[in-house]
Amino acid sequence: MTAAPASTVAPPPAMPTRARRRRTPALWLIAPSIVFMTLMFAYPMLVGIGEAFTGPDGFTLEHIQRMVADPYFWPAVRNTALLIVVLIPLQFVLALTMALMLRAKPRFSGLYFFLWAVPLAVSDLAAGLVWLAVFTDQGYLNSVLADLHLPTFSWLNYQNYGTMFLTVVIAELWRATALVFVILVAGLQSIPKDYEEAAAVFGAGTWASLRYVTLPLLRPSLQVALILRTILAFQTFAVAQALTGQNFPLIVGETYRWSTALQNPNVASAIALVVMLASMITAVFYLRLLRDQSEAKT
Amino acid sequence: MTTATTRPEQAGAARPQLTTPEPDHGPQRKRKRDRVWLQVVCIAITLFMAVPIYLIALAAFSTRASLNEFPLDLLPTNFSTETISVFMQSTGVIPGVINSIQVGLATLVLSFIIGIPAGYAVARFAFRGREPYQLFMLFTRALPIVVLSVPLASLFLNVGLYDSVLAVTLLHSALALPTAILITASIFVGVPADVEEAARIFGCTPFQAFRKVVLPMAIPGIAAASIFTFVMSWNEVLGAAILTLSHRTLPAQVLSSLSDSPLAYRFAGGFVLVVPALVFIFFMRKYLTNMWGSTIR
Repeated sequence: MTAAPASTVAPPPAMPTRARRRRTPALWLIAPSIVFMTLMFAYPMLVGIGEAFTGPDGFTLEHIQRMVADPYFWPAVRNTALLIVVLIPLQFVLALTMALMLRAKPRFSGLYFFLWAVPLAVSDLAAGLVWLAVFTDQGYLNSVLADLHLPTFSWLNYQNYGTMFLTVVIAELWRATALVFVILVAGLQSIPKDYEEAAAVFGAGTWASLRYVTLPLLRPSLQVALILRTILAFQTFAVAQALTGQNFPLIVGETYRWSTALQNPNVASAIALVVMLASMITAVFYLRLLRDQSEAKT
Repeated sequence: MTTATTRPEQAGAARPQLTTPEPDHGPQRKRKRDRVWLQVVCIAITLFMAVPIYLIALAAFSTRASLNEFPLDLLPTNFSTETISVFMQSTGVIPGVINSIQVGLATLVLSFIIGIPAGYAVARFAFRGREPYQLFMLFTRALPIVVLSVPLASLFLNVGLYDSVLAVTLLHSALALPTAILITASIFVGVPADVEEAARIFGCTPFQAFRKVVLPMAIPGIAAASIFTFVMSWNEVLGAAILTLSHRTLPAQVLSSLSDSPLAYRFAGGFVLVVPALVFIFFMRKYLTNMWGSTIR
């Protein structure tokens, strides 16, 4: 804002000066954001890398060793990887189904859109608590089972790894599918229905039309949703914390534990760096994968 | 709607004119069956999305005694505000709500003071470095919050900002800023540049033209973006929990007292955390696709 008076000169008619004049206010306008982001992102990142690798006497790998030796670390890595591998495909199938169904314009589609989008604004902690009410030992699911005279089951018990994992997947499926759904709905809106109608005229069935017309056109949205969703999935932790406590460790939850309960910022930073590396590698991997495909097609 | 509903009607209307003896009802019947299936699947998904919210509301508005019974009632037979009010009176909850609101509003103001000029610049000027700048902003959006929170905690400890509303506000603003810039840029692209030039011709300075002409036209979009920012801040748990100790925001407070609180507390907490989401999506449902559609480009 402060930059605006800098260009209070009356608008000159000549084009070349105009083009040069335009560059200056823009830089002034974006300067605050660059300064702020450098202070809040670049600087902490450097500090974090420093914390992870330095001890009292200079460079050390001690924190990395402590991180790796922690009994919760490898389970946390395994759980996070497993969650991502199982959850993301499910989420994309569900979100795509939801978006395509709304595209068919059923009755009440406005209401459906509202209800399906609600979890978009629910935090992962809240989602964990919501599903805790369902899955806890004396929760609603067991109440229904008891009402039906079926045996109840302790879904969140640490001895039942399978159901514990299942509850986290369901809670995350409930919460985070909405993000993919909304991105895909936005993407579908920009695809004219003519393409699909043309495909139908030329005899393509529903599946063929989806496979060869809609999905390729939807690739940019799918790509963004995939990258965003995977990076966010790495950061999931409060769901598991709310549902199972410490019994289903996730990698970001470990950072939280090292930082708050154990008061060790060095190891916490080391784990945070693992999360960051993993996010970046997947982002680059997706970009490569999806770009290569599109180049091969064209 | 148009294609699906008009086609059977057209077929019906066209029948008397054309003298075809036996119209083929097969496709029409298949279409009708498809519509029924569509509704069935839609309702199933709606149940999956809505039933958990109903249940958490039910749990939050049941008496504490009834929550200890088993099996739980699936209908609101024990309606009471007891569970919610006990939750609200627990230590740290009311201050948590106040802190959350303060952080949310401050984040809104800070990220918009920095973000609106930047969004305007991205929308209006073809300056050198525009592409790298946008890439930089996308990149920051992709960084996990943990990476920032842990170093920021020690940093804030050194400068005496640790455990304050300001500390959480700074972190949340950094998280919200890229989105704020992208959304405001897309809003300003939608305000025609001609209007602004007309204002300039009639003697406005660039700043006046922006304030009196462009800003009023952009206000609805900015309002939408600001609700989005607020909810993002309201929902953020990890950073707030790491950066504070006694001045916790509501989610951080709930998270830190999870392990030693009764189920009733957790249910009420879950419900209170979900309510803003319901309100937010209700007001934003018209903007959602526009917002995501534009932010991702």
